[in-house]
Amino acid sequence: MNVHADTKERVEKLQGLGSSRKRVEDARFTQGAGNYVDDIKLPGMLFGDFARSPYGHARIKSINKDAALAVPGVVAVLTAEDLKPLNLHYMPTLAGDVQAVLADEKVLFQNQEVAFIVAEDRYIAADAADLVEVEYEELPALVDAFKAMDDDAPLLREDIKDKMEGAHGPRKHHNHIFHWEEGDEAGANQALADAEVTVEEMITYQRVHPCPLETCGCVASMDKINGKLTLWGTFQAPHAVRTVASLITNIPEHNIRVVSPDIGGGFGNKVGVYAGYICAAVASIVTGVPIKWVEDRIENLSTTAFARDYHMTGKLAATRDGRITGLHCHVLADHGAFDACADPTKFPAGFFHICTGSYDIPVAYCGVDGVYTNKAPGGVAYRCSFRVTEAAYMIERMIDVLARKLDMDPAELRMKNFIRKEQFPYTSALGWEYDSGDYHTAMDKALESVDYKALRAEQQENRAAFERGDTRKLMGIGVAFFTEIVGAGPVKNCDILGLGMFDSCEIRIHPTGSAIARLGTISQGQGHATTFAQILATEIGIPAEDITLEEGDTDTAPYGLGTYGSRSTPVAGAATAMAGRKIRAKAQMIAAYLLEVHEGDLEWDVDRFQVKGNPDAHKTMKEIAFASYNQAIPGLEPGLEAVSYYDPPNMTYPFGAYICVVDIDVDTGVTDVRSFYALDDCGTRINPMIIEGQVHGGLTEALAIAMGQDISYDEIGNIRGGSLLDFFLPTAVETPLWQTDHTTTPSPHHPIGAKGVGESPNVGGVPAFSNAVHDAFAHKGLTHTQMPHDHWRVWETARKLGLTG
Amino acid sequence: MIPGSFDYHRPTSVDEAVGLLAGHAGNALILAGGHSLIPMMKLRMAMPEHLIDIQDIASLSSIEVSGPQIEIGANVTQAELIASEDLEQHCPILRETSLQIADPQIRNVGTLGGNVANGDPGNDMPAIMQLLDATYVLSGPDGSREVKARDFYEAAYFTTRDEAEMLTSIRFTAPPAGHGSSYMKQKRKIGDYATAAAGVVLTMSGDTCASASIGLTNVADTPLWAEDASNALIGTTLDDAAVSAAVDAAKAITDPAADGRGPAEYRTHVAGIMVQRAIQAAHQRAN
Repeated sequence: MNVHADTKERVEKLQGLGSSRKRVEDARFTQGAGNYVDDIKLPGMLFGDFARSPYGHARIKSINKDAALAVPGVVAVLTAEDLKPLNLHYMPTLAGDVQAVLADEKVLFQNQEVAFIVAEDRYIAADAADLVEVEYEELPALVDAFKAMDDDAPLLREDIKDKMEGAHGPRKHHNHIFHWEEGDEAGANQALADAEVTVEEMITYQRVHPCPLETCGCVASMDKINGKLTLWGTFQAPHAVRTVASLITNIPEHNIRVVSPDIGGGFGNKVGVYAGYICAAVASIVTGVPIKWVEDRIENLSTTAFARDYHMTGKLAATRDGRITGLHCHVLADHGAFDACADPTKFPAGFFHICTGSYDIPVAYCGVDGVYTNKAPGGVAYRCSFRVTEAAYMIERMIDVLARKLDMDPAELRMKNFIRKEQFPYTSALGWEYDSGDYHTAMDKALESVDYKALRAEQQENRAAFERGDTRKLMGIGVAFFTEIVGAGPVKNCDILGLGMFDSCEIRIHPTGSAIARLGTISQGQGHATTFAQILATEIGIPAEDITLEEGDTDTAPYGLGTYGSRSTPVAGAATAMAGRKIRAKAQMIAAYLLEVHEGDLEWDVDRFQVKGNPDAHKTMKEIAFASYNQAIPGLEPGLEAVSYYDPPNMTYPFGAYICVVDIDVDTGVTDVRSFYALDDCGTRINPMIIEGQVHGGLTEALAIAMGQDISYDEIGNIRGGSLLDFFLPTAVETPLWQTDHTTTPSPHHPIGAKGVGESPNVGGVPAFSNAVHDAFAHKGLTHTQMPHDHWRVWETARKLGLTG
Repeated sequence: MIPGSFDYHRPTSVDEAVGLLAGHAGNALILAGGHSLIPMMKLRMAMPEHLIDIQDIASLSSIEVSGPQIEIGANVTQAELIASEDLEQHCPILRETSLQIADPQIRNVGTLGGNVANGDPGNDMPAIMQLLDATYVLSGPDGSREVKARDFYEAAYFTTRDEAEMLTSIRFTAPPAGHGSSYMKQKRKIGDYATAAAGVVLTMSGDTCASASIGLTNVADTPLWAEDASNALIGTTLDDAAVSAAVDAAKAITDPAADGRGPAEYRTHVAGIMVQRAIQAAHQRAN
């Protein structure tokens, strides 16, 4: 037999790293056989629903439950007064603040939870929720973050009005949450003062919501016989939920089991702990029967974790020939009524200080002030606790603004300021150590792939035709180059509520040579059961299809910090590889015994250990697995298992070059996305098909955000965009054809060189769309307008520039 | 998003349905495709005690074409309007408009009767029925009566239909052969209501516009028949000045609300653009 062909066949059989293996999850998802929280039905289960505030800011004068309690089938109605004796009317947030579980004396945002109704069915609960009589005294609402720290701004958080030392240092005003800064402000200011050219823009990244297909929910079940509380829920971090639940309920952690079943999309919306979880748990503890709470779409959009709401004032200093000499940025961060972000303790604005982006900027400063407003809390979704997306949007817009001022091509300006390949590992002015990158190669490939020169020439022709009156459309070309920071992260820097952000994998090889691996993460659509099995297949030589992946049950899975922030592959993926290597190390000892040679005489070959120079003398992993259970091997314990807890030495820094072409009808503002090219470099690629799918999804989110999504509030605190009637969720029709591409620059510190990709397209996509829209009007002097670039705002831009009437 | 409780009825004849409506006057609503009513019920903006599902009334499902006279039953779905070769031949604007209503799944269930009867100004068919000068047939406890589409709508969700009546069919005379028509709709996404939309049917006699009728969707609290705008085209060659006059006349009767689609001024502006483009397209299609 041809040895080479045999090896190739064995490699293919594994379906390991680099294989576009089909998703094993899809067999059940495409047949409607997934098992989501709302599919859970337990004997005697009751249902919860909330009575919510119609006001953005109001004092609660009284609550009368009588009418609600009189509805047949209503079991209980809980208010803050009922939770106070348990000290559960407030819960700790992941950002060091507290959040009302049920409104305590005041409501601070529209749709805030006021009372929790427990009833025999979901319909009765909803009927009774309408009958909870609450008398409110309306208070002036604060919806403009820029007015939050005015002298006469209304006091929102009476519960902490005397607590002027916040979780992240002193508070300057009763509506101030924190000030945080990084970098050299004096140096940045000096660079601006000395610069030949400076630009400044206030760039708002509007409030949006990821709107996962499945909303948030849970089933809480207290077994009063054995004292064990089980929580099934849409939890992106089940172990963290268990620890938090134990800390706030005083139930010992071993008596709490948290299970994340199938999750229909998370995007950070399912990281936080919500009032519904606490109320369901309390109700189950009190009644001794299971309680289900599942929010509806309006509740999801209007109360559970939003994203963004950052107002970023950026300033760039540069030489006349386009060399950036300094960056200064100040952010006003609107956190809503409670600070419910999920940042590492050290970083209340997440990793916003990645805002120097892909550029070698010698001196930089960023400062962030967080404020309270009468809006829903959150600031977790879409990697927004880490604020990388906001930072990327700010710097990528500022680069384009600078390019206009210098009258330089935006791609050329980027190339001129990129961190060069030989500078990696590169330490940025704001202190991050970028692990690896080759930005020029990626950008060159992108520009060549789209024939950028030809596009610019076509744009010149288009502009001339527009001037002649031959067309009413303007063409825009958006270039964005982003550097992500993912894989949170090193325990020395990253924690959630003090829990280090390591992750874990536990592997057991069965006697017949198949395996089960359990991880501390939880898939919400990422396809972990597919890709982590591929990592293992390559590491231990067992075909991916023979490896079961299990996540999400805290009674069985090893402790981990969950899935968000594109961290699963960088952290749990590394743990998987490391655990696999432990398996292989023991397998080598077993093989040496079986083949009666010294370990050092063996070499690994795809799925077996073979004697160096004599491949016919070998033991396959399957044979080794069996031997590990049926032979007494001197000096070795029986069995073949391993566990790894992986604390990454650094973050990983995926990057990419995106180019978007739009055609704008200036008379209507309708913007057609003609093409979108996305080159992603996420290091080693585990499953190209899944990467492509993640990029498609993230780009669609980016399209939605840049072109239409906006959760805003009117002057009295009514939420706008809180239902799908108004919140822009694009369909396949609005979604353009995505052209994906890649370069591969492995992470030098990750065991398999992988960097993570899930959020890259959201990070890079939004500035690409936004830059394209601005580029269409650049020749008319437009520098910046705020998102979303929906029809009327784009038309308004065209009108202000005198292009339409 | 959880509706209140209601009793569900599924009559098999118009008489039975009308009897149920009359018997529960004020507390009963007709359920057709449900695409407007069910969301309203889930939002508890509509809380009928009785829901009368008319899908089993077979007599409401036909499309009758005899010469230029067309009668379409209330239960005919948008998908059926799209599939009808008779309608495509005699009145293609119905197909063009239906194809711009939401997506195929909705069009498989959404009905013409439901679209025109509930008075939602965002629905597309009412403006088309107004520009075609259609007649709605209503059945009530005292028999049936006819109401012009142009007289039917009073305000958002308010029509001249009595609460004990149901709409059973729609009648109109197809525009003459050789007419041109177009429905132009700007929306943010599939499934969204129009930012503004305009339908135009016109006929040409040589280079001169012999007849024209324009309807507007979602730019007031009722659908609008733009009579002055229509008249501004008749007798002209559809030159720029005439089109511009029609556009101005159409914009003058709009009164849109500011909403997520943009401020009122913008929506009026878009209405004008839709009228202009629909006239151009209809002109090109006329012969």
